Amino acid sequence: MNFRVHVRVVPRAGLLDPQGQAVEHALSALGFAGAKDVRVGKAIELSVEAASKHEAHAQATAMCDKLLANPVTEDFLVEVEG
Amino acid sequence: MKRVAVVRFPGSNCDFDTLNSARRAGADAYFVWHRETDLEQADAVLLPGGFSYGDYLRSGAIARFSPVMAAVQRFAESGGPVLGICNGFQILCEAGLLPGALMRNSRLTFVARPVALRVEQTETPFTSAYRKGDILRMPVAHGEGRFAADQATLARLEADGRVVVRYVGLDGGALPETINGSLGEIAGICNDLGNVVGLMPHPDRAADPAIGNTDGLGFFTSVLQWGGAPAQLRRSTTFTRIQVTPS
Repeated sequence: MNFRVHVRVVPRAGLLDPQGQAVEHALSALGFAGAKDVRVGKAIELSVEAASKHEAHAQATAMCDKLLANPVTEDFLVEVEG
Repeated sequence: MKRVAVVRFPGSNCDFDTLNSARRAGADAYFVWHRETDLEQADAVLLPGGFSYGDYLRSGAIARFSPVMAAVQRFAESGGPVLGICNGFQILCEAGLLPGALMRNSRLTFVARPVALRVEQTETPFTSAYRKGDILRMPVAHGEGRFAADQATLARLEADGRVVVRYVGLDGGALPETINGSLGEIAGICNDLGNVVGLMPHPDRAADPAIGNTDGLGFFTSVLQWGGAPAQLRRSTTFTRIQVTPS
């Protein structure tokens, strides 16, 4: 079966995220004073062939471990459609 | 004459500076394309700066899966000297040949300017021509050079003398402001055996008398004089190891 997978990669909590800080300042300048703790990461979408939703999730997690996220600086979240 | 391989990736742009620096030091230096799987009897391998694969995903993240990197990995694991400059350093971290990671500069700007480095470790194949405490001037040019590692890794690097070069002020004193936000103002490190070295600044851009600065040439002359003994044996006599008690 074919599964659509959504991967979110974010800078690890506690590590400085200058990109997130810059976006937060810009939001504040626009008047969105309530916007706090902005973190900028990546969203990666892909389709995988797998026997089950569980297997698709496991495949995507392995992809994150090996390539899509840096284990030193980033955390990731995998979501499988369906 | 020592054979020095300079690996070229799509997007490498300091490949000629690196090749020319190695040749100026006296090496038989040659290019190896990233799709090659053979390092052609290299005595040392240099990974130059640039933006391999457009820095897509993360700097160095794609380059580490180039066919040539399997050969570089084997070469490094057998004790062969490997130097990564700038993007080369990022690739070595992504490949797990060096610990930690290089993140976006703390102040968001691409930093391109002269910096000063203090040589902290001379028992590596790339810094043996220097003396500990030497101050070297050379340029940096990077957007993602902020060295990051977890506290345990950082403590081990410091305790084992694996910080090779550190940013200092241009006068050799304290830094007036951070260069890129690196932990401990670390500019370059080596692996556990000492044979793999990576740094963000560019010795390849400070190795030509014509530009009035040859402070970086030592990185290229060092490796020509390196004994070629297994790194582990060398380390046991040269590194001062301090036991770190886990907290």
